[in-house]
Amino acid sequence: MPTLKKTPLHDTHLAMGAKMVAFGGWEMPIQYSNIIEEHKSVREQVGLFDVSHMGEVTVSGKDAEAFVNYLTTNDASALTPNSIQYSMMCNEAGGVVDDLLVYRKSQEEFLLIINAGNIDKDMSWIREAQGQVNLDVSVINISDDVGQVALQGPHAERLLQEWVSIDLSTLQFFKFQENVTIDGIPCLISRTGYTGEDGFEIYTDRHHILKVWDVLLAAGKKYQIKPCGLGARDTLRFEANLPLYGHELTETITPFEAGYGVSVKLDKENFIGKTALKQQKEVGVRRKIVGFQLMDKGIARANYPVMDEKGRTIGEVTTGYKSPTLDKVIGMALIDATYAKLDSPIFVQVRNKSLKATVISRKFLNKNNK
Amino acid sequence: MKTIEGLYYAKNHEWLKIEGDQGYVGITDYAQHELGDIVFVDMPQIGDTFDAGDVFGAIESVKAASDIYLPVSGEVVAINEDLDEAPELINEDAFENWIIKIKVTNEEDLELLMNAKQYEEYLKEEA
Repeated sequence: MPTLKKTPLHDTHLAMGAKMVAFGGWEMPIQYSNIIEEHKSVREQVGLFDVSHMGEVTVSGKDAEAFVNYLTTNDASALTPNSIQYSMMCNEAGGVVDDLLVYRKSQEEFLLIINAGNIDKDMSWIREAQGQVNLDVSVINISDDVGQVALQGPHAERLLQEWVSIDLSTLQFFKFQENVTIDGIPCLISRTGYTGEDGFEIYTDRHHILKVWDVLLAAGKKYQIKPCGLGARDTLRFEANLPLYGHELTETITPFEAGYGVSVKLDKENFIGKTALKQQKEVGVRRKIVGFQLMDKGIARANYPVMDEKGRTIGEVTTGYKSPTLDKVIGMALIDATYAKLDSPIFVQVRNKSLKATVISRKFLNKNNK
Repeated sequence: MKTIEGLYYAKNHEWLKIEGDQGYVGITDYAQHELGDIVFVDMPQIGDTFDAGDVFGAIESVKAASDIYLPVSGEVVAINEDLDEAPELINEDAFENWIIKIKVTNEEDLELLMNAKQYEEYLKEEA
């Protein structure tokens, strides 16, 4: 087995007694105390996540915008400096190579935030794309130089405001600010997250991220801050209907099938996957990711088969949990689009039992983003 | 990790408490700790029969489903219905909150199980 990569906060996690697991080639904390407590701390107070495993790639040069637009499905030209958009890199068939956040730093400078487990794959893909077009652009993978933490929850703003000089109440959702100092350390702060709660993602040099982590954890005590692991990160993002690459998004699932057509701008110029996506948009999707609630007792997990009333396989579960916030067993499944209507009865094969479920809206709960 | 004298222990971290020709089966404190928050216990039906080592149900934590194995051959005579509403009872006390009660159908199976001391040794080797 190849050695797992470690974030700059690895020793801290061990010292705090976190349970560590392998995730996308990284050794990461899955929980510090327990997943449900950590989950609730983010919904009700504030939680701090080490997300230094995420990948960061800079794209700069005269043609940076044109290149980002060729590489991704959303329209980078619509981004003003200090703004962020959610986007996808697709292959020629329209399948998702990775989902990402596109930060526009200036007219000629972008920062792409990609999934930890996809960094090597994405870099090959981006280099290949660079070779397909004759554009003046420089692409640098800075993932190993950057540390990142996510501060998430209703008290995130108040806590962070104590440490920064900018007025956070003016930093809107999906906007960011560079060179904001936290205890003397220059950081990039964005009002983003992966939990459905208000919060910030904070980027800095990997050598300084420990200090940011320590400062926020110590100062957050009065807000009952909790360090949170990947376990809570996944239950939180799932309840907020945010996709996880490898589950709701893969190289064989298109943004339209996944329900993220809003990130695909078919009216912009040529981009990788446009032809296939345009055709799918015209014809309609044959399968679709739906939300469901399990009616029988049990828990539907990723990859469990989904059937219709006659027992025919119509798809599979992509994520499923007993929702810590709603206390119901819910999930997302990629199924034949003819069964995607709300209230449709479907069945999930859980071990040796076929359990009854109902298609429900993927809006499992109301998000609290600013 | 807590263990209790007088119980039988299996390598898959189930315990068995014998009373006459019947026995209560649960998972150990070590197992509940490893699993984390337990959110559902999938139990068999009364009357189901299993051989030693068979999967008789599953314990679902927040993250994952884990099979549970019957330490000895037996027939299910009762299930702990409290766990339907409150599966977290196992986290609170894994030895108090049994999962099923069985009629032991092959007493010789007991010889292959560990006592508390042997199980503690086994946990040390596992770690």
